[in-house]
Amino acid sequence: MFSNKYIFLYTSGLVVAVAVVLALTAILLQPMQERNREVAKMQEILKAAGQTVSSEEAVEIYNDLITAEWTVDRQGALVSEYRNVKSDWKAVDGNLKAPRAFDCDLKTQLGQAASGSKDVLFPVFVCRDSLYIVPLQGKGLWGPIWGYLALGKDFNTVWGATFGHKGETPGLGAEIAEDAFQQQFIGKQLFDTLGGFTSITVQKGGADKYAGGSEHAVDAISGGTMTSNGVTAMLSDCLEYYRPFFQNMKARMQAEADTAAVAEQQVPVLE
Amino acid sequence: MKEKDMKRQEKAPAKVQSPKPSGEENRLFSAKNLKLLSRPFGADNPVTVQVLGICSALAVTVKLQPALVMAVSVIVVTGFSNLIISLLRNTIPPRIRIIVQLTVIATLVILVDQVLKAVAYDVSKQLSVFVGLIITNCIVMGRLEAFAMANKPWPAFLDGIGNGAGYGFILIVVAFLRELFGSGTLLGFKVIPESFYQAGYVNNGLFILPPMALIVLGVIIWVHRSFNPNLIEK
Repeated sequence: MFSNKYIFLYTSGLVVAVAVVLALTAILLQPMQERNREVAKMQEILKAAGQTVSSEEAVEIYNDLITAEWTVDRQGALVSEYRNVKSDWKAVDGNLKAPRAFDCDLKTQLGQAASGSKDVLFPVFVCRDSLYIVPLQGKGLWGPIWGYLALGKDFNTVWGATFGHKGETPGLGAEIAEDAFQQQFIGKQLFDTLGGFTSITVQKGGADKYAGGSEHAVDAISGGTMTSNGVTAMLSDCLEYYRPFFQNMKARMQAEADTAAVAEQQVPVLE
Repeated sequence: MKEKDMKRQEKAPAKVQSPKPSGEENRLFSAKNLKLLSRPFGADNPVTVQVLGICSALAVTVKLQPALVMAVSVIVVTGFSNLIISLLRNTIPPRIRIIVQLTVIATLVILVDQVLKAVAYDVSKQLSVFVGLIITNCIVMGRLEAFAMANKPWPAFLDGIGNGAGYGFILIVVAFLRELFGSGTLLGFKVIPESFYQAGYVNNGLFILPPMALIVLGVIIWVHRSFNPNLIEK
């Protein structure tokens, strides 16, 4: 009834028609989807800073709370600084051609860094000059995991953390996206007392079991060991790239604190 | 399992299909056409009678909102895939009909997924893979094979809407019970008063987990069959 020629033509026609329809919708809806992804990213950054906001108000609160966006290089030097000028982000310092931290995709940057490229930029989000939020990107058991870590002015103590995942096992690995897991990171430290970089370990059996001290570890998820290990690897891998920057900033903050202390000491001498 | 279900399904619409040439057939909402819409809610429900689409019924029914969105998505896909296949039915070479059906279903599902990502991003994140998995939902292809390939576009469209709605109806009932008892909320609003919690009431954690969805579904099937004695297998 139907010749082979007909079948071939029929399928070709069908496939072309379907392709046209799908391509058109994808192009038409892309701006809206892009917008949604940006808002979701803002929500995550704000969540690391301790603010849980709805998608409607995310842009406004982001522009209010996040006062600067920095990009840093592998040596820990500041490459560019963007500031919010009337809800519009403009480069104010450093390399004015460098992209905005918000538009830096950490995954691409990590890929380039791994292949030895020197020309990589790591984003830092500054919240009201008191919290410094860095993105994280790694692998879980089934797919990508990511997160944001908010550090205090000492570039050592964690003030907040949030994690997300593409498809970890619900009830096990997926618990990394729950508040109970994320709250544990608050107060943990990235450097030991001698200034050595320790990162934070997600310790199976509980943070107390970690040999390096419980201020550098959090409890792992029962039954979610692979995802927990993924989080540990993600933290140490990503933060390793930020380590020079943290150390620079720590030294700078220390120097500022010292000058302030010296100034204070000098006052009574002068009297 | 799938093949068995498909066979069982073919029996059911045979009754509806029997041609009765009368003036009634020309009316858009004739009694016969309305029956296509109502049957999936009762004696021909895709979930409770034909036992199709169970996987997603367990996965997306923790909260009412994703269940509602899922229901609407499936209604759109079943309705329009039935319509399109029915329009094409005389041109589709029988040898490649399954692949043609799949192409149409997959296209519609991707469209739904893209639209959800654009307008309801939060819900689409919650539904994650389950929107994509509508492609493999036996209800959709079952209706194409059993009904749309042999019927005119309008009845096929109604049949698709009816079956999607029959599936969605069960989804919403299960999600209603699970969110009410599991989280004490409905559509995110607290419905169980605070005084209950102070008096010692606690949310039932079991309702959040997939096994409870299966139990709830089993109870619904039990209730449904006890009201429809002709469904009880001997």
